[in-house]
Amino acid sequence: MTAGAADPAIGDVVAERTVHLTRESLVRYAGASGDFNPIHYRDDIAASVGLPGVLAHGMLTMGLAVETIVPWLGDSRRILEYGVRFTRPVVVDPETGADLRIVAKVGAIDDESARIDLTVTCDETTVLGKAQVRVRLA
Amino acid sequence: MSPVNPDLVGRTFPPTAPYLVGREKVREFARAVFADDPQHFDPEAARALGYADVVAPPTFAMVVQDQTLQQLLAEPDSGIVLQNVLHAEQRFRYSRPIVSGDELTGTLSVTGVRAIGGNAMVTSEAEIRDAAGEHVVTATSVLVVGEGER
Repeated sequence: MTAGAADPAIGDVVAERTVHLTRESLVRYAGASGDFNPIHYRDDIAASVGLPGVLAHGMLTMGLAVETIVPWLGDSRRILEYGVRFTRPVVVDPETGADLRIVAKVGAIDDESARIDLTVTCDETTVLGKAQVRVRLA
Repeated sequence: MSPVNPDLVGRTFPPTAPYLVGREKVREFARAVFADDPQHFDPEAARALGYADVVAPPTFAMVVQDQTLQQLLAEPDSGIVLQNVLHAEQRFRYSRPIVSGDELTGTLSVTGVRAIGGNAMVTSEAEIRDAAGEHVVTATSVLVVGEGER
């Protein structure tokens, strides 16, 4: 069950989803965002700078994580602030891709706003730190 | 010794050239971040929420922020080399969402340079305003800049 947008309580899961990333997702994000750093699509360059493989853009992970709660919010005007720390890289395998699991939970509430904590994991490992969205109460 | 010039702190760059947000660009970006809410795709759904046109996803602001960061990278005395840069933190503070039809400019200020071992943490704020000069969003990023190979 997901909680209603009008009266969230601390601990409520307001939205969750799993997103399957492939190399195509990374190329699509590169084009849409203008971030053409080759570590996001070339295995040889990723390896040459010591990475375990081609990585998803941190801003792609940040962007798809917050989109998980937009249908619940109803209006993105309610988003006041959104911040993350990029703590772990998301390696996207050329054949099997990567699955990101996003769970959005109410972490705190005050008179006018709620803090939604986003937990984003890949293979059971948390990839974003302090991923928090401050939203205006409906 | 930090690889980054500490004199960058307090430096403010000229506003970027206006960026006109297009409807198809918003849709393209929305698909790329796996957005499925109609306010990003359907002008009627956006109008029902009180917007003039489709609403950009929250992290779309990075497209304008990126133009400001290019100014920082191009600064001859910065000491920052792109291949040694790691994105450590990102934050957005919104006055309102970005909407198709907006003409946005970003003004970057460097607010902190802190040496940590052989690296430097560079904090910068891009203040993004619309054509009327109203605040839309402030994008704050923390970059970790390594020394790399000399």
